[in-house]
Amino acid sequence: MHKLLNDSPGKKIMLLGNEAIARGAIEAGCAFATTYPGTPSSEISLNLFQMSQESDLYFEYSTNEKVALEVAAAAANSGLRTFCMMKHVGLNVAADPFMTLAYVGVTGGMVILSADDPSMFSSQNEQDNRYYAKFGNLPMLEPSSVPEAKEMMRYAFDLSEELKQPVLLRTTTRINHSNAFVTFGDMKPRQTKGKFIREPLRCVTVPAVSRQLHVKLLEKMNKAKGLSETSDFNPVKGSGKFGIIVNGVSFHYALDAVKDLGIEGDTKILRLGFSNPMPEKLIKNFLKDCEKVLVIEEGEAFMEEAVKAFAQEAGLMIPINGKSETLFSRLSEYDPAMVREKIAAYFGIEYTPKEKLSVDNVPEIPMRPPNLCSGCSHRATFYEVKQAARDMDIICPTDIGCYTLGFLPPLNMGDFVICMGSSVSTSCGFGQATDQKVISFIGDSTFFHSGITGLVNAVFNNHNFTLVILENGTTAMTGHQPHPGVDMERLGLDGFGRINIENLVRALGVEHVSVIKPFKVKKSIETIREALEYKGVSVILSQEPCALYAKSLKLLKPRAFKVSDKCVDHKDCVNSIACPSFYIEDGRVKIDADTCVGCAVCAQICPENAITPLKK
Amino acid sequence: METTRLIMVAVGGQGNLLASKVLGEAALISGVQIRMSEIHGMAQRGGVVESALVFGEATSSIISDGEADILLGFEPSETLRALNRCNKDTKVITNTATLPPFTVSIGKGVYPDVENIKALLKEKCAGLVAIDAMKLAKEAGSPMSVNIVLLGALIQSGSLGFSKENVIEAIKRRTKKVFLDKNLNAFDLGFVAAQNYSS
Repeated sequence: MHKLLNDSPGKKIMLLGNEAIARGAIEAGCAFATTYPGTPSSEISLNLFQMSQESDLYFEYSTNEKVALEVAAAAANSGLRTFCMMKHVGLNVAADPFMTLAYVGVTGGMVILSADDPSMFSSQNEQDNRYYAKFGNLPMLEPSSVPEAKEMMRYAFDLSEELKQPVLLRTTTRINHSNAFVTFGDMKPRQTKGKFIREPLRCVTVPAVSRQLHVKLLEKMNKAKGLSETSDFNPVKGSGKFGIIVNGVSFHYALDAVKDLGIEGDTKILRLGFSNPMPEKLIKNFLKDCEKVLVIEEGEAFMEEAVKAFAQEAGLMIPINGKSETLFSRLSEYDPAMVREKIAAYFGIEYTPKEKLSVDNVPEIPMRPPNLCSGCSHRATFYEVKQAARDMDIICPTDIGCYTLGFLPPLNMGDFVICMGSSVSTSCGFGQATDQKVISFIGDSTFFHSGITGLVNAVFNNHNFTLVILENGTTAMTGHQPHPGVDMERLGLDGFGRINIENLVRALGVEHVSVIKPFKVKKSIETIREALEYKGVSVILSQEPCALYAKSLKLLKPRAFKVSDKCVDHKDCVNSIACPSFYIEDGRVKIDADTCVGCAVCAQICPENAITPLKK
Repeated sequence: METTRLIMVAVGGQGNLLASKVLGEAALISGVQIRMSEIHGMAQRGGVVESALVFGEATSSIISDGEADILLGFEPSETLRALNRCNKDTKVITNTATLPPFTVSIGKGVYPDVENIKALLKEKCAGLVAIDAMKLAKEAGSPMSVNIVLLGALIQSGSLGFSKENVIEAIKRRTKKVFLDKNLNAFDLGFVAAQNYSS
């Protein structure tokens, strides 16, 4: 049995934040869950996916976040406890249903989770999604620790049902990817089938209806404010003249700092865990007997601006600060030493940070950027496209996935990426705005997510570019989740459909469609060249399973290559494809047989034919 | 228990996340509070993987630069790169078996001399244990056990206040049964190697 399905209240276990969140959903009796995977949220859905295979929980990997939220919205309006999770930028994709679902509300508890990524460990921006709660008028909860994330999940469903509104649960990477001891609670029963009651005056958002709904939404938020005022998730700790208002993981940095600095007797801390709507009275009361207040929050000055406004209303003239050049930044995540130093500086506490080690005589350490894996089919495709286009002035819009790494040297295939699906639509624009040859790259999962509409646009508006769809049969970057093109039977799962990308692309009216097997180098280059010379929209499908995925499904035959004596040491192989299985020993190229998967791409590009199969 | 802060750095695929899980389990068995933080995402793509483990009463789950009490490095150049996480009182335990990044293969960097790495770590920090964990792992029966060899060396240092028995129990609970004998061997070899290094 899945460890998170274990019905043993009181059991203490070490859990990853994302596991604790999944467990919280299960304890709350969540019956319906949807997602599109994205770091740092991915392990929540992975655990729910696994649990759905051995229980009556319904879970789906939806095509994108907008779809996921709409699927979930229907379930929550049929009375089911519903959970929809995504990474922060996913909420941009889902923003359209998000904003109006707030008006319509729900009949079953609904939690929308946004996993923000301060410092951008694996994201294209570090937007602060707390503003979505304010923008859309949804109550918001923000945990400060792993065990609290589970407790908040449980509460969020109750809160949602009380207000008949979805609740936004906002985490940051350091919650999702931290581990701590968590104590299991009791598991509420799941109600897996509901009933939709037809209520057009609530659910059909024509202007006349929405005008009424907006009034009701503000009333609901007023009620939510009352709950926030007295919420246990908004505790005040300690007492004294120094005030600290803090949210999320920074709460623990502040607690540790106050202790380390020995100012526990002078400091009180208000932690906002129920942070939208802001508890106005609670904050005004908190400010009243403070001499000075520091607001600590990663990201934007979300709380600070509200706190300053409350102080103005209350006629308080005390200094309130947070984001400034000498205090906290709007950039990146915070850390305990930074918070300790800023608290000391702001309240005038003597503090000498630990002396930094001198690194003057430390040699430069070579960088270790992430790299496409050994035997990754994307590397082969990039190399072949580069060869086929070698006499062309090219622009390569790319997209979000492992293959974004193709922008690194020596492949250098990737010139523009802003969001999921943008490769296709930006190709339309580049093709029209320049005379350069546009060749774009998109993965199969990303194509389903939001590439299709761009391609429809390209056909309709008669644009001119070549789109390479990298069909590796999985959502590789986030940990091999399925997508609509995946053969689910291979995973031992039945009851799924499957969409053939080639048929889809042809049906959209793309006239030049070709298929390559990227490990056949010469033939692929010829096929690509022909597609590049076509005027109009051409699509190349590069079909080869993700090497890591194939390895995990035991589809790879044990095979490896070696560099033979015929090598004349010009290092063309290393310099053109930089497969991580290459290494240099005594100035000569070698292949690590343990990591080589035998794709034979290097063997085909060696002009000396010096790379040969190794007998294993 | 007073707070002890441990940073573990490794290259994707070396198994430091499993090592964290074993330490977490050992903490649970030993009744010690622990919070851990790790950075995933690109780990499988050969990048650097870092885990922070905070034992004892502090409530934060990450460790600031310069504040690690112990640095456990799974790869020597990564240990050196993590020097900014250390101070003059930090104990350092490192593997000496190298995994040069592909940037070195394509001529975009020079891999530092391992003896020099050891000398620098020794000069700047409060103590160094440097062992060839790959060699010991192979001796134990599996190159995959590098992480467990290093755990052996870590526990030998005594800095975490766990008994050897509790960590062995944690290894039994958290690692795959088929590798158990090899892992227990690996743990022992790491423990002894660290003992001999110190003496």
